[in-house]
Amino acid sequence: MFFEYLIAGFLVMAGLFGFVGSFGLLKLNDPMSRLHAPTKATTLGVGGVLLASMLHGVVVEGHLSLHELMITLFLFLTAPVTALFIAKVHIHRHETKTSLPKAGEDGIWATHNVTETKEAPAEDQQQG
Amino acid sequence: MRLFRRLLPHPILTLLLTLTWVLLTSTWTLNSLVFGFLLGLLIPFLTQPYWPQQMRLKNPLMIIEYILIVLYDIVVANLVVARIVVFKPNAKRQPAWVAVPLDLLTPEAITVLAGTITMTPGTVSADVSAEGHALLVHCLDAPDPNAVRDEIKQRYERRLKEIFE
Repeated sequence: MFFEYLIAGFLVMAGLFGFVGSFGLLKLNDPMSRLHAPTKATTLGVGGVLLASMLHGVVVEGHLSLHELMITLFLFLTAPVTALFIAKVHIHRHETKTSLPKAGEDGIWATHNVTETKEAPAEDQQQG
Repeated sequence: MRLFRRLLPHPILTLLLTLTWVLLTSTWTLNSLVFGFLLGLLIPFLTQPYWPQQMRLKNPLMIIEYILIVLYDIVVANLVVARIVVFKPNAKRQPAWVAVPLDLLTPEAITVLAGTITMTPGTVSADVSAEGHALLVHCLDAPDPNAVRDEIKQRYERRLKEIFE
């Protein structure tokens, strides 16, 4: 009985954090802040479901399932990459070299450190 | 020894891939162990051009401490961020970009640090500087951006430096 309450508690907690993550997507008002909401849903939201699933496997079904650990591992590997891609798109489209803080000793962030492909051919034509 | 390095460019990765496969199949048989080991040989060999230098772990035991600290921080930070999202009006929230200068040198350590920053709610790592000497971090609500920078350096980077370098 105690474990059933515990499993239910984990599921409710996961649902709450999933809801807060989705609510954040609606409520927050700038693109970079909105990016914070999904990272929450994948940590405690999914984490709660996985904990409940593991506990259910051990207590109710009587065998230890380690698939949940693998899901956690894969999420922790992939979520930062997705977030980084979205952040890079935002930097490309909405941030300039002066709107971001100084990039330390290198002076420029990697996303801005590209040769402008639109201007390069024009220069060649002028020279030719 | 050179042949060994050619066939097994990342011994730790081989071990991890074998373990991953055995855990995925969830059956403790010789069959899955052998097939996992074959994958562990093949994948590092094929991806070697993209990961040329060998990874070194100076202090593997500290990884456990690091994981526990990050998990604890994720739980605490989730509660803090949930409160900001639900109760703090957008006008009062102070989002900020923070540049974190890096003492870490190896790409593996910097990757782990950037991933940790993204997974702990409230901060997202957005970019790395052109030569890899600084990380660009976005904070959901940071009245004092310098405090965020110092915490990342103190709490995560110091430990990663001990693990990797």
